[in-house]
Amino acid sequence: MSRLAADHVTVRRGGRAIVNDVSFETADGGGFVALVGANGAGKSTLLSVLAGLIKPDAGAASLDGAPIAGMDRRDLARRRAYLPQNPYAEWPITVERLVALGLTPHLPAFGGLPGGLEPRLTRALEACDLADRRSQAATTLSGGELGRAMLARALIGEPQVLIVDEPTAGLDPRHTLDAMQRLRRLADGGKLVIAALHDVTLAARYSTHLMALKGGRLEAFGPTAEALTPGLLRRIFEVEARITGAAGATIVDYLAGEADAATGRSA
Amino acid sequence: MSFAARLPGYVVTALALATLLAAAAFSLFLGRVNISPAELWSGLVSPNANLAGLVVTELRLPRAILAILVGASLGLSGAVLQGVLRNPLAEPGLLGVSNGAAVGAVISIYFGLAHAFSLATPLLGMAGAMAAGALTFAFGRSSTLTLILAGAAVSSLMSAFLAMALNFAPSPYAAYEMSVWMLGSLAERSWDHIFLAAPFIAAGVAILATMGRAVDALALGDVQAQSLGIHLDRTRILALLGVGLAVGAATSVTGSVSFIGLVAPHLVRPFVGHQPSRTLLPSALLGATLLLLADIGTRVIHTNTELRLGVLTSLLGAPFFFWLIVRLRKTAP
Repeated sequence: MSRLAADHVTVRRGGRAIVNDVSFETADGGGFVALVGANGAGKSTLLSVLAGLIKPDAGAASLDGAPIAGMDRRDLARRRAYLPQNPYAEWPITVERLVALGLTPHLPAFGGLPGGLEPRLTRALEACDLADRRSQAATTLSGGELGRAMLARALIGEPQVLIVDEPTAGLDPRHTLDAMQRLRRLADGGKLVIAALHDVTLAARYSTHLMALKGGRLEAFGPTAEALTPGLLRRIFEVEARITGAAGATIVDYLAGEADAATGRSA
Repeated sequence: MSFAARLPGYVVTALALATLLAAAAFSLFLGRVNISPAELWSGLVSPNANLAGLVVTELRLPRAILAILVGASLGLSGAVLQGVLRNPLAEPGLLGVSNGAAVGAVISIYFGLAHAFSLATPLLGMAGAMAAGALTFAFGRSSTLTLILAGAAVSSLMSAFLAMALNFAPSPYAAYEMSVWMLGSLAERSWDHIFLAAPFIAAGVAILATMGRAVDALALGDVQAQSLGIHLDRTRILALLGVGLAVGAATSVTGSVSFIGLVAPHLVRPFVGHQPSRTLLPSALLGATLLLLADIGTRVIHTNTELRLGVLTSLLGAPFFFWLIVRLRKTAP
C-alpha cells in the first residue's frame, strides 16, 4: 500500500495560485512518477504539499486514503521521505551520523542509536556505495557523494513513499544515471517514488508515470509511454520537441527553429 | 578523523565533569582571606561556627554554585541556539534575553528598589528577560532568519532603554551602580540569590536538555528536519523559553557575562564529532568550568578596583572570536 492522492489541491502565494486545482491518484503497488514542467510551474510546491510540509489553501492531499495534513508528524515521517533540492549538511558530522538522521522518527526522545538499528545503518550505507565514506565528514563529500548520502538518509527509514525534488541537479552524467537507476529500482521494489525532473529524456527513460504541470495546473498524468507526446511538451514548455528511440532508450530533442513558431513570434 | 572525534560520549562527559569538579574545588580554596586547605577542612567539619567554615559556606560555596549554575546555563543555551539557528556565532544574548534582564535590573537600581529590597534586582531582571523573550518570539517565530532579526531588534531596543536609564540616572552614584552592575560579577551573592534563580535555571535547563533530537535533525536544514517529523515552531518556542528562563535568571543575578555561551560549544564540538545533540551536556559542563575559572581569575588578578567577571570574559572571549573568524575563513568554500 502506498497510494498518494491529491484532491483539488490549490496553493496561493501573494494572490497567485501556484498550484491550481490539482487532482490525481497514483496506482497501488508503487511506481516512479516523474513530475515535469517549466520553471515556476509549481513542481516544488506540489511536492511540498504531497510531503505534508505545506498545507494547501484548498483541497487536500492524502496517503492511503488518510488526509496528510491531519496526520501525526512522526507517523508521516516514518511512511514517507522527502528530499529537497540541493540538500546540505550544516555541521561536519560524519556520513554515518548524517544517514542515521533518517531514523529520527523511529527513535525515542533520548539516547543514541539503539543497537538493533546498527545493521540497518550499515545496509543503507552499502546500498548507496558509502561504506568506505562512513567516518568522513559530510561537508567534505563531493556533490555526487553528498547526493548519495542524502538518498541513503531518505531510504534508511524504509519509507513507502519517496518524494524527491530535482534529484539530479548538479550531478555529472554518471552520477545522474546512477541516481535515476536507484530510484527506478526502488519503484520496481514496490515503493512509490515521485521526483521532479527537469530533464525530460531522463523522465522518459526511467519513470513509469509522467505528471506534467503548467502554470500550476495538472496538464497530464499517466503511464510515461502514453503521456509523453510532442503535443504535451509543446503545451508545457512552449517548444517544439522530437521524441525518438525505443522504450528505455528514448531521446527528447528540442527544436530551436520551431520554438519561435510555437510562441507565435513568427506568426 | 582526528583522535578527539573518536572518544566515546561518556569519556568526553566524564572529562568535562572532572575538570569542572577540579575548578570548583580550586574556587573554594581561593579568596581574599587566605586560609589553608587544611584549615578550611577542619573549619567545615567542626560543629561550632568558625571563621574558616563561615567563609566557605557563606561566601565561597554560594559563589561557586552560582558560577556553576550561570556557566552551565550559558554553555547549554549557546549550544542549543547554535544548533537551532545553525549559526556558529549564535550566543544566549542573541535573542535579546540578556539585555532584557539587564533592563529589568537597571530599573530596580534606577528607582532605588534595590536598596529597599535586595532581591528586587534579580526579580525585575527576570521579568525583563521574559518580556524581551516574548517580544522576540512574537516577531520572530516564523523562521530562523526572522528569529535572529527579531532578537537583534529586541536587543538593540533593550540597549536603548539601558542607555536611557544611564542618561536620566537620578544621581551619579546610581549611574555608576547601574554601569557596574552591567559588567557582571559573582561577588557578594548570597544563598538567597541562588534560591531565587535556581528554580528558573533548572526549568530552563530541563527544557533545553530535551532538544537533542531537534538540533540533530536541524543539521539538515529546516525543511528536511520538518520532513523528519520535527515541529519547527515548537522547537523555536522551546529554545526561546529555555534560554529565556535559564539565561534570564542567570543574568538577573550576575549581570551580563558574555562569550561563555559562544565559546563553550565551539570548544566541545571537535570532541563529539560535531553532532549537535552531543554538544549539549559537555557545553553546559564546560560553560560552568569556564565561568568558575574566570571568577577565580577575577580574584587572583590583584587590582585596586574589583576586576569584573563580564570584563574578564569579554577580554578573553574576544580573541577567541577572532580565531573563530579565521577558522571559518579557512573552512568556508
